[in-house]
Amino acid sequence: MAGQWLPIVDLAQQVQAGSLTAGELVERSLNAIDEAKDYQAIIAITPERAKERAKDIDEKVKKGEKTGRLAGVPFIAKDNFLVFGAETTAASNILKGFTAPYQATVINRLEDEGAICVAKANLDAFGHGASTENSDFFVTKNPHNKTRVPGGSSGGSAAAVVLNLAPFALGTDSGGSSRQPASFCGCVGYKPTYGLMSRSGIVAMASSTDTVGILTNNIKDLALTLDVMAGRDPLDSTTIDRQDDYTNLVEDQTPARIGLIKEWLEDGVDKDVKRQIERAVEVLRGVGYTVEEVSISSLPLSLAAYYVLVPAEISSNLSRYDGQRFGYSFSGAKNLEESYRKSREFGFGKEAKRRIMMGTYVLSSGYYDAYYKKAQIVRTKLISEFTDAFKKYDFLVGPVTPTTAFPIGEKGDPLAMYMCDIMTVAASIVGCPSISVPAGVDDQNLPVGLQLLAPQRADKELLGLARYVEELLS
Amino acid sequence: MAKLTREDVLKLAQLARLELTDEEIEEYRSELTAILGYVEQLQSVDIGGLRPTNQVTGLTNVMRADEVVDYGYRPLDLLKNVPDVQDDHIKVKRIIA
Repeated sequence: MAGQWLPIVDLAQQVQAGSLTAGELVERSLNAIDEAKDYQAIIAITPERAKERAKDIDEKVKKGEKTGRLAGVPFIAKDNFLVFGAETTAASNILKGFTAPYQATVINRLEDEGAICVAKANLDAFGHGASTENSDFFVTKNPHNKTRVPGGSSGGSAAAVVLNLAPFALGTDSGGSSRQPASFCGCVGYKPTYGLMSRSGIVAMASSTDTVGILTNNIKDLALTLDVMAGRDPLDSTTIDRQDDYTNLVEDQTPARIGLIKEWLEDGVDKDVKRQIERAVEVLRGVGYTVEEVSISSLPLSLAAYYVLVPAEISSNLSRYDGQRFGYSFSGAKNLEESYRKSREFGFGKEAKRRIMMGTYVLSSGYYDAYYKKAQIVRTKLISEFTDAFKKYDFLVGPVTPTTAFPIGEKGDPLAMYMCDIMTVAASIVGCPSISVPAGVDDQNLPVGLQLLAPQRADKELLGLARYVEELLS
Repeated sequence: MAKLTREDVLKLAQLARLELTDEEIEEYRSELTAILGYVEQLQSVDIGGLRPTNQVTGLTNVMRADEVVDYGYRPLDLLKNVPDVQDDHIKVKRIIA
């Protein structure tokens, strides 16, 4: 495995100082990607554009110009971000060959500070899954054990960070898609408050829960990249005001109060996962935090609500793939209707079709009130219960997912795969920030993640706690 | 519990513009029935006058000035991804048979 990267802040400073070049960093990243090919974390590399951008940055340095806070730092974007220099496929056959006519806002913000995208990472097609097995192209392997999944849907991004292919990677998180793979691969995975980072230029999945995720090997790297990307964007009207400087974290927030979510430690949680979470709780108590069990009574309903709301939004968002304006188009159709049907039939994978039909069902006349509206009301209930919990506690904690990384091919049944999201969907439904931090390993040396949650718009406080926890648990 | 029939699946496929093979129809019939069986638990929830939530951060009516802003998108770049173009227009199949 490639060696660890220096902290991002040091890499950028050394590039600016001329003691490292952006060209060297890009080269190193591309070499690491080539050496780790067996893991299949990467769909495409962007060498020409990356080298060109590195050359520009190195020339600026020579001329004594400022190059930005991420000068020359390579990164990898999940392949559902529109990025110049390679196709954007969302790991789907229907978008094969699609080249971005513009870039995602967050990519532009990273580039403005000198960061360089070197590759696009694998995912469950369109973000639909928890293992990358739903990629229409290939399955990514877990860096700790090649017979296991890396989690998903940002499995390629998580594996890439743990394999040290780049200092940071972008994912997305609509129901756990950055936190769960971070937990399976052993890195940090973060879902912000809904709206904190712009989704303009990202392939839409479920618009009321879609967020940009960040995956790194440590919290300081994460906070710096968040600081570059966060904030309002006129191209995404759901964006919210940001907090000031995310790099200036308050790590020790004792005597803050932490609620340990009772429903997430009940039956069905792997014993090693439970043991590591309990160990983390003891460590937190040891340094002066108050940690108490808290019950959020509607939590057991969150997965059912999620699997109504999200397919509904997916069926609507995926209606744009009609074979006419972009993406795969069936050429032998006799009329427009047949062109739609055949393009979608051949272009979409099994899970996309499953979710489209599920969404179509819950939105259809006669079922809308019974399913979709009911799920939106459960969402109201969950929001009110989380608000109550956050009146008593500054943070909530629990596991990220019931198990560690499972064997490739183990979850043939779609419902079994959905169950992997049981502890991550609640933060997505209520819109609060949540992060997965490494918390030891199970008896097979597979990573376990600790999930930390904070109220909406308290991302900075959450990252401060995560930074402290990261140090306490290492 | 909702148990989908073959006709239900065909109707959904038609609404969603998907053309399914016989094998897929049966597969989705049983899988969607199982998923609907799981989400059925929402039916038992006491909703006691609660209203549905669509937007979680409380934003409403985000307005902007009615002005043309150049974000750098070029129409010809957008057309590069179109499967069938004629004279800078998107060409589609016959609509009326």
